[in-house]
Amino acid sequence: MQGQTLSVELFILVSIIKIAVAVGVLLTAVAYTVWLERKVVGHIQNRWGPTRVGPFGLLQPLADGVKFIFKEDLTPPHVYKPLYIAAPMIALVCALTSISVIPVGNWVSVAGVHTPLQITDLNIGLLIILGITSLGVYGVALAGWSSNSKYSLLGGLRASAQMVSYEIALGLSLVGVLILAGSFSLREIVDAQAGTFWGFIPRWNIFHGGQFIAFFIYLMAAYAETNRIPFDLPEAETELVAGYHTEYSAMKFAMFFMAEYANMITVACLASLLFLGGWHGPLFGPAILQAVLPIFWFGLRVFVFLFIYIWVRGTLPRFRYDQLMAFGWKFLLPLAIANLVVTALVVAWRS
Amino acid sequence: MPGSQLMLHLLLFSAFGIVCVAGAVNLLVQRHPINSALSLVVVMGSLAGEYLLLGAEFVAAVQVIVYAGAVMVLFVFVIMLLNAGEEEQTQGSRVAVLFGVPGMLIGSLLLAWVLVAHSGTQAVEAGALPGPPKMLGWLLFHDYLLPFEVTSVLVLIAIMGAVVLAARPESAKREH
Amino acid sequence: MVPLSYYLVLSGVLFACGVTGFLIKRNIITVFMSIELMLNGVNLSFVAFAAQWHALSGQIFVFFVMVVAAAEATVGLAIIIAVFRTRETLNVDQVNLLKL
Repeated sequence: MQGQTLSVELFILVSIIKIAVAVGVLLTAVAYTVWLERKVVGHIQNRWGPTRVGPFGLLQPLADGVKFIFKEDLTPPHVYKPLYIAAPMIALVCALTSISVIPVGNWVSVAGVHTPLQITDLNIGLLIILGITSLGVYGVALAGWSSNSKYSLLGGLRASAQMVSYEIALGLSLVGVLILAGSFSLREIVDAQAGTFWGFIPRWNIFHGGQFIAFFIYLMAAYAETNRIPFDLPEAETELVAGYHTEYSAMKFAMFFMAEYANMITVACLASLLFLGGWHGPLFGPAILQAVLPIFWFGLRVFVFLFIYIWVRGTLPRFRYDQLMAFGWKFLLPLAIANLVVTALVVAWRS
Repeated sequence: MPGSQLMLHLLLFSAFGIVCVAGAVNLLVQRHPINSALSLVVVMGSLAGEYLLLGAEFVAAVQVIVYAGAVMVLFVFVIMLLNAGEEEQTQGSRVAVLFGVPGMLIGSLLLAWVLVAHSGTQAVEAGALPGPPKMLGWLLFHDYLLPFEVTSVLVLIAIMGAVVLAARPESAKREH
Repeated sequence: MVPLSYYLVLSGVLFACGVTGFLIKRNIITVFMSIELMLNGVNLSFVAFAAQWHALSGQIFVFFVMVVAAAEATVGLAIIIAVFRTRETLNVDQVNLLKL
């Protein structure tokens, strides 16, 4: 692979800097995704969103953060304390860890150090993300159970059963992309989508790879994984009070909230990397601009994906629970397997 | 450099190993089954770390995704649904603890002594296993195709069996 | 370089803990989890040997062990649910007669 081998101290320093930047950017992105959602859903519902705090309500996330810190953190007496406190931490840790294998650009040279724009490039990067998503189910299930209340238990069990069911469709929809790219490493999958075909259409997996069905399966499975409308029955206010986070208040609730939006961002990043060509886009200008432009193209794709997420949230009604499970098992799973078989046949026939 | 790499390998092995054994002992010591289930998840996670040290990266990922992320979630579901409380100490369990724990300790010490003294000190390097997951896939679909197909039939049988066994008897009666 | 025997000792310790749990625990689900612990110990020794002999077949066997363990956990937990429905208890000492 590219790059010189760095000494141990320099490697650790560079990694710490990358981690700090990535966590900072991710937490800011989470806060402003909340702002974006409130504005967009507001406009869909023919009202302004937040407008008071700062211009266009841009300081609203700051106000929300202050509110969450100063709110009284009430722990009901009947909960099972160790798991009650641990569950939001598990959810947040799993949501924030996925960012460590997501690449946002090419290799850059900063102050003589040649390093990729990614905290670490594992050659099983995609499997790591799937594994961390699987572990995130524990946060939800344990929150529901430890709250010792029937709404929470039902909400937690339903939410975790839904997440486990749609993980399968999610994973299978990605196997088509893996067959095309031949590697689990996210950077190599993106590099396989460079260039254009027929002159101007970019070689993204959704066009050239023919993975448009897989893209839509991934989209729907991602909505269900992150418990968003139309799959948010377990946490809807009209159904189960607030599902598994009924008994949580202030900071712990904020941790669940942040975990949900961080999961959304991770899923959006993954979709941009696997289906929409990652950071490839027209490059122009001086060298410093050429290093920064891929990040901009990547951010643009993630923003478009998040906008579609929020748009769907404002538009569609939610599924009933049995419709939701039937959709995941009886429709998405066979469709994903069929997509996998067709992709494998086409690749084998071409080679 | 090689000396410090050696130390790092041994250090990481010991760290994951201690977490593993602590989780296993915690599974035995805890009275509430949900704590035992979570200790087992910790054991599986640290075993995934051990597999990574040996170079079996795909097996480590599958261990986390399948074992820790699906099988143990199933255990946690059942514990939550059946609302299993803490266990009581009965006559039989006191006898079993009295004889079982020292017996197993002696047995495992004997086994450990035999293993360390006789199996040789051939060292396993970090990342010793060859190859990307591609080679595993090749083996799985060429040399081990029959066990693979048989295992898939086994999983199908398990699914059907679980659905039949756990279905409510009233729903069967209502259909007739 | 970690000697192979260290991996085998760790695997043996996990297996011994699994057997101990199987013998001393009275809750049927915890007994089941001890079985899973035994299977994990065995998996570790498979992978350690595969690393020593540079043979990939050890890892293939680990897959099969994992799949079989998953299938067994599924059916076993379904049986436990069925037993719980009739006996109303999860204590193995109280499920010792064929008749209720």
